[in-house]
Amino acid sequence: MEALRNRVRELLAAGTVQAVLGYAAGSEPNRTRPCFVRTPAEADALIWNEYCRQNLATYLQKPEVRALGKLALVARRSTLRALLQLAAESQLEDGRVVALFIADDGAVTELPTLAAIEELVAQVPRGLSDADRQELERIAALPLDERQAFWAGEFARCIKCYACRAACPLCYCARCITEANQPQWIPVSSDPLGNLEWNVVRAMHLAGRCVDCGSCSDACPEGIRLDLLNHVLAEEARTQFGAEPGYSVRKDYALASFKPDDKQEYIR
Amino acid sequence: MAEFEPKIVAFVCNWCTYAGADLTGTSRIKYAPNVRMIRLPCTGRIDFMLLLQAFGKGADGVIVSGCHPGDCHYTAGNFHARRRWTLFRRLLDFVGVDLRRVHFAWVSAAEGAKWAELVNDVKAKIQALGPYDAFPKRLDGRPLPAEVA
Repeated sequence: MEALRNRVRELLAAGTVQAVLGYAAGSEPNRTRPCFVRTPAEADALIWNEYCRQNLATYLQKPEVRALGKLALVARRSTLRALLQLAAESQLEDGRVVALFIADDGAVTELPTLAAIEELVAQVPRGLSDADRQELERIAALPLDERQAFWAGEFARCIKCYACRAACPLCYCARCITEANQPQWIPVSSDPLGNLEWNVVRAMHLAGRCVDCGSCSDACPEGIRLDLLNHVLAEEARTQFGAEPGYSVRKDYALASFKPDDKQEYIR
Repeated sequence: MAEFEPKIVAFVCNWCTYAGADLTGTSRIKYAPNVRMIRLPCTGRIDFMLLLQAFGKGADGVIVSGCHPGDCHYTAGNFHARRRWTLFRRLLDFVGVDLRRVHFAWVSAAEGAKWAELVNDVKAKIQALGPYDAFPKRLDGRPLPAEVA
């Protein structure tokens, strides 16, 4: 933790960056909150522990954060992948962000360019974790009516707070489909069809883009496993179209490209 | 008791399948009248939300159809649509929507007979499945628009 703070102080004192975005203690020991550090003295507030899970790349698109100038960002592996995916979607210029990657042993690696991030991310294991894969397989193996009942029960708890959207680094549209009201695609109130529509549309808009950071389900106040919807699409996009979002700034978006011989055995 | 007559909504592209269905009519081929066709510029324009809205408004089955690969009026709209459908089907299946009620096809402007065959076949399959009452509904119990009810 002290290595991180020292590095932050150096970066700010040297004027390499104008601000550092990291984690500070929250209201309880198992909570953390994002923290903007703008002077070397403020670096004492930064912490690093297992609860620093939120993907801080989410803040980069906000105008008030852009106005801060060049930024250093405390990063987990999935934060790095989010940065690369944002760059691949022309949402992040090279050199705007210095990533401060913290490895499992607490070592801080400074990654000043997208190329450096790509190099580090190349070593990150690909595909789902075993726990996620087992959960996916368990649900997929349920009979149709039980599967529907399971998700109906999950979605029934959705209160349409859109915390999943707010927490997602790749949900950056200035005007979301949920705000479109002519026609009103997704009802404002919580109802069975609307909750299904919202969760399906959220997952579909992230299909082939999601970097598996899990911030959506972490943010969900009802504890709905939203990330499973993203995982199932990520897995399909990976096996069908070779989509590996967040590993390179040059990769094409799977749903904006095609091959003439894509699978179509379900089409008559 | 009268036999169950399913409501089927077909989202079709303007250039191939709509023209193909037109040919079915001008060729005097008779087919099931259970289908309500919705003409869109291109299959690439068929938002997956439309399918959910169709089920939400009481459809028992959905057909999505457009130009054969390589024949798209806009060159690549159907290729893009195909990728989206592949992912969308996987997600629908995962959240428990009955994929036996969602049918995809390529029907060209010359395939009037294929269109009739497709609609008849889908109708028979949906008829066997019965009404899709299990699909989530709106809470407000909004009455269905007259043209669908």
